[in-house]
Amino acid sequence: MSLLEFTAPSLDYGLLLPFLIVLGAALVGILIEAFVPRQARFASQVVLALLALIAAIGAVLWRWSVINLVDPSTDGSGITGSVIIDGPTKAFWLILFGFGLIALLLFAERRSHGGATAFTPMAAAVPGSDQEKAAAKAGLIHSEMFPLAMFSLAGMSLMLAANDLLVLFIALEILSLPLYVMSGMARQRRLASQEAALKYFLLGAAASAIFLFGVALLFGYAGGFAYDQLAWAVTDGSSGDPLLLAGMGMVAIGLLFKLGAVPFHSWVPDVYQGAPTPVTAFMSVCTKLAAAGGLLRLLYVSVGGMRWTWQPIIAGVAILTIIVGVVIAINQTDLKRLLAYSSIAHAGFLLVPVAGGLALTSGLMAGQVGSVAAVAFYLIGYGLATIGLFAIIMLVRRQGLEVTDLEAWAGIGRRHPLLGALMTFFLLSLAGIPLTAGFVGKLAAFQAAWRGGYWWLVLVAIIGSIVAVFIYIRVIQVIYFKAAPDLREQPHMVMPGVPVTIVLVLCALGTLGLGLYPGPVLEWLQAISDFIVPVHTP
Amino acid sequence: MMAFPFLSVLGLLPLVGVLLTCLSKPRAAKVLGLVTALVTLAYAAGLIAWSQGFEQILGEQVDWLPMIGSSYALNFDGLSLVMVALTVLLVPVVLIAEWRSDWSADHRLGQRGFVAMVLLVECFALFSFLSFDLLLFYIFFEATLIPMYFLIAGWGGQKGRQAGVKFLIFGLAGGLIMLFAVIGVIALSLGSGDISLNFADLSALQFASTPVTKLIFICFFIAFAMKAPMFPVHIWLPDAAEQSSAGTTALLVGVLDKLGTFAMIRVCLGVFPEESAWASPVIMIAALVSIFYGAFAAIGSRNLLRLLAYTSISHFGFIVLGIFAVTSASISGSIFYMVNHGLATGALFLAIGYLISRRGSASLDAYGGVAKIAPLAAGFTLVAGLASCALPGTSSFVSEFLVVAGVWSRHPVIAGVAVLGTVVAAVYILRTYQRLMTGEPSTEVSQAIDKDLNWRERIALIPLVLAFLVLGFWPQPALQVIEPTTQYYMSVAGATDPVSDLEEGGR
Repeated sequence: MSLLEFTAPSLDYGLLLPFLIVLGAALVGILIEAFVPRQARFASQVVLALLALIAAIGAVLWRWSVINLVDPSTDGSGITGSVIIDGPTKAFWLILFGFGLIALLLFAERRSHGGATAFTPMAAAVPGSDQEKAAAKAGLIHSEMFPLAMFSLAGMSLMLAANDLLVLFIALEILSLPLYVMSGMARQRRLASQEAALKYFLLGAAASAIFLFGVALLFGYAGGFAYDQLAWAVTDGSSGDPLLLAGMGMVAIGLLFKLGAVPFHSWVPDVYQGAPTPVTAFMSVCTKLAAAGGLLRLLYVSVGGMRWTWQPIIAGVAILTIIVGVVIAINQTDLKRLLAYSSIAHAGFLLVPVAGGLALTSGLMAGQVGSVAAVAFYLIGYGLATIGLFAIIMLVRRQGLEVTDLEAWAGIGRRHPLLGALMTFFLLSLAGIPLTAGFVGKLAAFQAAWRGGYWWLVLVAIIGSIVAVFIYIRVIQVIYFKAAPDLREQPHMVMPGVPVTIVLVLCALGTLGLGLYPGPVLEWLQAISDFIVPVHTP
Repeated sequence: MMAFPFLSVLGLLPLVGVLLTCLSKPRAAKVLGLVTALVTLAYAAGLIAWSQGFEQILGEQVDWLPMIGSSYALNFDGLSLVMVALTVLLVPVVLIAEWRSDWSADHRLGQRGFVAMVLLVECFALFSFLSFDLLLFYIFFEATLIPMYFLIAGWGGQKGRQAGVKFLIFGLAGGLIMLFAVIGVIALSLGSGDISLNFADLSALQFASTPVTKLIFICFFIAFAMKAPMFPVHIWLPDAAEQSSAGTTALLVGVLDKLGTFAMIRVCLGVFPEESAWASPVIMIAALVSIFYGAFAAIGSRNLLRLLAYTSISHFGFIVLGIFAVTSASISGSIFYMVNHGLATGALFLAIGYLISRRGSASLDAYGGVAKIAPLAAGFTLVAGLASCALPGTSSFVSEFLVVAGVWSRHPVIAGVAVLGTVVAAVYILRTYQRLMTGEPSTEVSQAIDKDLNWRERIALIPLVLAFLVLGFWPQPALQVIEPTTQYYMSVAGATDPVSDLEEGGR
């Protein structure tokens, strides 16, 4: 298949529908900005975005049982398309759209901010200027946040379905660019927010460049961009080719950067801290999910034939990520920064089953949980707890502003028992304590790695988990038992609006439900966790 | 067709109490909590009578996580039964003993929270004693830590926060070490093709002993030793005991720490008999060290609560010794010991707690001559103390004798050394009694301790004292219940009793 020939692909639009809905909603969102009167914009954006995501979920379920390849070549060569809708794509899509929905609810929260959103009233105004004050007074709202988030979600969903290096790159860019913008839109501490955005953009651009260079090298090795061609080249040719190794390394760096794995994590703390809290919640879950899904397919499908080579490397990255994440998180004094390091640590835990590589092709027996299902479940547990915590952060305020300094939270669990209990529950889930979804995630992840032959990696991960316990216990201790500091005004919980209430209820119920009775979800994830691996017909 | 889930109901009753207390008015919480605890006690008594009297076999099993092989399996064998009995007896006693403790708003989380947390501990503890599935057991084993942490940190002394964190960190670290081992068992079980984490199925699997199974066993043992606790991973217990309220400590030492020794029987003996035999010399030496370390540390301790914590470390040494000697006398003795230690040490903690709440100090030097002004308090302390150092006539004597006799039949030297531990035990109990109760009371003491035990405090102590006295003179019912379990674990371990004259003497 030469690049110069072009034959119109035959597309199954029904299967692609979820992606098209999200992308379409983003485009319609731009039109709304242009044509709908200002008073109605925010509401229509919220409704459009939420409806689109619900429709996307419906569209996934509509053609549920059809697992197919978009753009199948008709010449019988067995080449799969550049976009592939198989079981894992659908599973990750559902999880992604679900979390997207939850995160966008946080975007829509206004009551706890005294009627404003969490975003700056006028991004173009100089921070602290009169113009900004006037904009705030006039009640301006950047409702573009919703189309931006939808574009990002479209990129993420494409990334989960990408079966071709170029498509993967395009997806990476579509998901990243809106995130750079969104990170700089915080209402409070705008300079920090803008600095975070710039930092994220520069590092992200560098990561993209490295990724693209890797793609070029892989093209040189395999003679094509499709995963199939790469997979064939790996099985046929030498898997020790420097072009292949360097190319894979660079492509993996691009994805590990998005995942927040060490040593490509340096953007995470600053961006998580600086970005508006709803955006942080969105990034910490959805971006990780897309990166993990993309990485899984890249590793398992395109270079599954040389897994003996990459497994130890991923295991090394996992160890490094866990250690750096948990050790640095222990001493953090800012809650958002602490959660940022904790999310780095969780990226490490997530890589443990990836390194284990337990799939049908490597000895997974039917009815048992393999790496892909374990990663997906782990992400659900992590996502529910993380978004729940960020939602709580949005509610604790002093003089109308978010307080993320951990010291200031002292005793808040005693003053607001329900908030304290919810927060404790989410933190325990992140720590992996039984009766929470986080525990089942850890269990599924670690057992997959062990059976993939990586019991020593599980040992290291367990030691990391022991250290991670300190992080979360410290927060619990502060919110309950630390004497409140002598401040002029203590932070307090503001009454949440409907969106945040829904988010908190969903996250709490999900964490508890999946902790008590995870069987059906795990079973469902496992049933659709097989990647379509290209048939080898040279 | 599922039979009525009698055992699940037993575990869930306290949870109902938790919900009721959370929803009730703060004043009503105490009453509701106590009623729940008493209902649970009555229900458990009924179940015990039913299962023993009519040889009714109670058990439940429902698939829970089939792809990992875990099921919701509950079982009511002799081991579960005696531990359940201890738990349901101790909880109402603790609630009565802490009835008057004034935890107003400044005491962090109020009275309602205390009652709710105690009942939550009861719920999780009952489920962990009942569960017959490795993963299910692990889950509740870990879950007990959270309410216990809040009890220590929220309703404890000045440094309760630090002690609570120390307790929680040790507990969770031990738990995660155990998680590693659990995942290892899952991997082994899945690898064998027979996916089940039911303890009976795991016993039947008979894992071949390899370095990996040895590592798994070591992780299990470390986790349980941290829970029990044994020297040198005991350092959280004295702090926790010192900083908690007396009732909390009675629950912690009386019930929760037993999870460690309970799991040694269920998991170490039941699933890894070969590895247990392999490691038993080292473990028995470690148990001896625990016995003497605990005893001497108790003698040297100036703080009453720390002293009691150290005595418990010594007692746990005996229990572990009996378990890993693997004779029917010593295993029965250890199981019985777990109950007796809960009764005697629970009573001792409560009695000492009454004194401390009056005197306002846990220091040994702050007392003297209490017997003159509060004879009942002194009397109860003496009886409980003597029960804890295994005076004949108390049930502890029977269990300690069984343990030592069982160990003797296999390892006479170790048994001989362990017996010396009982002598030291007499020293720390009698010396403490002497320092506290005898002599002339100083003016501070007579001012502070102006009243003897009131009726409520007596009611809390009497059931415990009665229990260990009755079982001391008439241990057969308990031993009969324990016997089949002992035989089961003996057969799983493939062990037979060495022929010995002393073994007969144990009965």
